[in-house]
Amino acid sequence: MQVYLDNSATTKLDKRVLKKMYPYFSENYGNASSIHFMGEDANKALDEAKKEIGKILNCGQKNIIFTSGASEANNLIIKGIARANKEKRNTILVSEIEHSSVLAPVEQLGKEGFKIKYIPVDENGQIKMSEFEKMLDEKVLLVSVMTVNNEIGTIQDIKTISKLTHKKGALFHTDAVQAVPYLKLDINNSEIDFLSLSAHKFYGPKGVGLAYVNRKYKIFPIIDGGEQEYGIRSGTHNIPGIVGMAEALKLAYKEKTTHLKELRDYMWDRMKAEIPNINLNGDSRSRIPNNLNVRFESIEGEAIVIELSTKGICVGTGSACSSKKLRASHVLKAIGLKDEHLNSNVRFTLGKFNTKKEIDHTVDSLKKVVKRLRSFTSIKK
Amino acid sequence: MALKYTKKVMDNFLHPKNIGEIKNPDGYAEVGNPICGDMLTFTIKVKNKKITDIKYLSFGCASNIATASVMTEKVKGMTLEKAKKFKWETIINELGGLPKQKIHCSVLVIKGLQKAIEDYETKSGKKTPHRIKTHLSKKL
Repeated sequence: MQVYLDNSATTKLDKRVLKKMYPYFSENYGNASSIHFMGEDANKALDEAKKEIGKILNCGQKNIIFTSGASEANNLIIKGIARANKEKRNTILVSEIEHSSVLAPVEQLGKEGFKIKYIPVDENGQIKMSEFEKMLDEKVLLVSVMTVNNEIGTIQDIKTISKLTHKKGALFHTDAVQAVPYLKLDINNSEIDFLSLSAHKFYGPKGVGLAYVNRKYKIFPIIDGGEQEYGIRSGTHNIPGIVGMAEALKLAYKEKTTHLKELRDYMWDRMKAEIPNINLNGDSRSRIPNNLNVRFESIEGEAIVIELSTKGICVGTGSACSSKKLRASHVLKAIGLKDEHLNSNVRFTLGKFNTKKEIDHTVDSLKKVVKRLRSFTSIKK
Repeated sequence: MALKYTKKVMDNFLHPKNIGEIKNPDGYAEVGNPICGDMLTFTIKVKNKKITDIKYLSFGCASNIATASVMTEKVKGMTLEKAKKFKWETIINELGGLPKQKIHCSVLVIKGLQKAIEDYETKSGKKTPHRIKTHLSKKL
């Protein structure tokens, strides 16, 4: 049996999405910038996708900039806004549990002379609001806080954070990559200035995402060229991808995910009852319904992941991006895990295609794996 | 799989050899630590200047477990002199290669072997204890 429980890394493309994309590969393959009828057809698909997405996210469609994914969107927004407005203000605040595609750009901006400050989080991964308020002053240009954390699934109070940010005249960005399809995103109502999304996180295709950019503010592009997307993001439009993302987003909010929470809770209940000495990392309440991040005492996370993989089960250690780098998770560190506990964690992220049978198979296998690895651990109790 | 482990690594990870702890060992070593994500303990038995038995325990990743397994298999029955010169490269060759970021596992395993031999030699009076030695050299 093959079981995929790494849905925060990426998801399976929904067949209905694929069906929508098909004609744009080899039939309606025109370039949206061309002025002939095939170009116009492509441009029509582009416009419709923007309209659809604008409706779902409650935002002006002219503020939607298509990108290759959320890493690019995060880079574009953070570098683009900072560099275009550096004369005005020069401090950038980010939470200490952001994804590397936010942390690395701000690190780069730090080298370019910007002042970077990291907002601390509590043991549940929630922003410490009082600390945040103290850090906010009239020098802050941009605040970036993710809607949902990719490792522990913590949901932030984005609306409150954006309101506080605006009170001090700063701009607000949120990386909302892990929020769809679990949270309703309402850009206008939540006073969000900038937002990043990636289609492959919600059963859409890889290689396409978007940056919501309030074009009231000056932004510099990071890719120069053919002036697509109002000159903010040059490069031929990925029409099949864009059509796929719009369809995936539509489906995401059409279908309920309540069974996912039941399945996740069932999995955790079984694990808690049948595997000794395990702990749930992060917030048990303010958490997206598909995430379990678990610490297994006295054994190493990667060993668990690799052995489960030999049994056909795909799970993650921390975030997929860092799993090859051998670096302990900055997120688990930030929520206060002891140093000696940082290497014993596994992330299980469920998806809409998972079944109870798969969950049972996973827990059964996990029990054996944990027992075997613990049988020869060098950690003494 | 993001990490490309050879079949030999996987075999040694899933079916590790010489797992455990020797009671009343002649030499003992602990290397690495849980903060780094890999910690190993080794116990050895020595007779006639030869390693007659070696066992290990591991808190570590697949390659940590596999490298220790291969090393213990190779040095069992080896003279102390030869075992002291045992190289980490040999482990990597034996495993058919390791991902670049996992090379340090083989180095740690060798460190453990050398430390266990050193512990044996110290205990059996064949060598000045390491602590005293550094203390003396500081004085000098």
